[in-house]
Amino acid sequence: MTGNGDFEMEFMRTLSIYAIPAIFLVILLAGISRGVRVYDVFIEGAKEGISTVVRIVPALVGLLVAIGVFRASGALDLLVNLFSPAASILGIPPEVLPLAFLRPVSGSASLALVSDIISASGPDSFAGRVASTMMGSTETILYTLTLYYGSVGVKNIRYTLAAALIADTASVVASVWACTLFFGR
Amino acid sequence: MLNYIWFGMLVAGFVLAALNGRIEVASKAAVDSAAAAVSLSIGLLGIICLWTGLMAVAEKSGLVRFIARAVKPFMRLLFPQVPGNHPAIGAIVMNLVANFLGLGNAATPLGLKAMSELQKLNSGKNTSTNAMSMFLVLNTSALQLVPATVIAVRAASGSANPAEIIGPVWIASACAMTVGITAAKLFAAFYGRK
Repeated sequence: MTGNGDFEMEFMRTLSIYAIPAIFLVILLAGISRGVRVYDVFIEGAKEGISTVVRIVPALVGLLVAIGVFRASGALDLLVNLFSPAASILGIPPEVLPLAFLRPVSGSASLALVSDIISASGPDSFAGRVASTMMGSTETILYTLTLYYGSVGVKNIRYTLAAALIADTASVVASVWACTLFFGR
Repeated sequence: MLNYIWFGMLVAGFVLAALNGRIEVASKAAVDSAAAAVSLSIGLLGIICLWTGLMAVAEKSGLVRFIARAVKPFMRLLFPQVPGNHPAIGAIVMNLVANFLGLGNAATPLGLKAMSELQKLNSGKNTSTNAMSMFLVLNTSALQLVPATVIAVRAASGSANPAEIIGPVWIASACAMTVGITAAKLFAAFYGRK
């Protein structure tokens, strides 16, 4: 970035820093003003978090072991090298590209892959940030479409998958672009 | 599909490790990764509890209904085939807002309700309508206010500022939504009335 890019970057960073405190304040004020017993409700809700995490432990074990073996054997490096010409054309860090393919298929598998990328490259490396952003801005498309269409018995989904994958691709490209904008390369 | 991916990674990994003479490294990686998965889960626990707790307060405060009322006018543009007072619109909006706040458990039943309401408006029961496609494109591309899980993973691996990716996530999601809505509208026009 040049010129007023520094200012934009500063503004965006401020946005990221204030987002969480602002969300806390808005929610707590809304709760208190509606007479919600905020602490009691918080504790009840936080209990749900425990079961959410416990539920994903088996999947994380299975998937992190698979990724760990795949990486240790050198297979991941082969795959990344295979991808890297395509990745460099799109400007995507090559180690993040497998995530782009896995993300629409499985949420827990991509969570495992993101944590692997983050621990291999560092959470504050460019690849780590792009992987985090991709994980946060995309969804498990195949699962969602199967579940939602399956629930009403629709078989012919026409262009839904194509449109959803186009949006997904846009968010992959935009993740790289937004991380460059915020953090530089 | 995940069955094949998982199988493929393990088999390819162990076979390649044997060929590369790295079989010991690979079996150590298997054992270490299993342990790492548990410590990652423990690292996630705190932030995910914090977030689900805060979101329970948001839900109890009527924030979901409040935001839903604010975005409802836009639904006419996105779902011109669905009458404005139809229960499908209410369920769609509530699902999208629940997703936006990261209320996964609340979002799914609302989404399934939205689909069954949309199915009532569907003349050819086996084929998707434009409204269904638009809803699912929005659902899968929509903005998440705070990507709590990713922030938790970053915090667990020692990021200096785990939440710094919120801004980029919002931008990337906004791009995905814009592109998704445009694509769905173009496809709808191309496929003709339905």
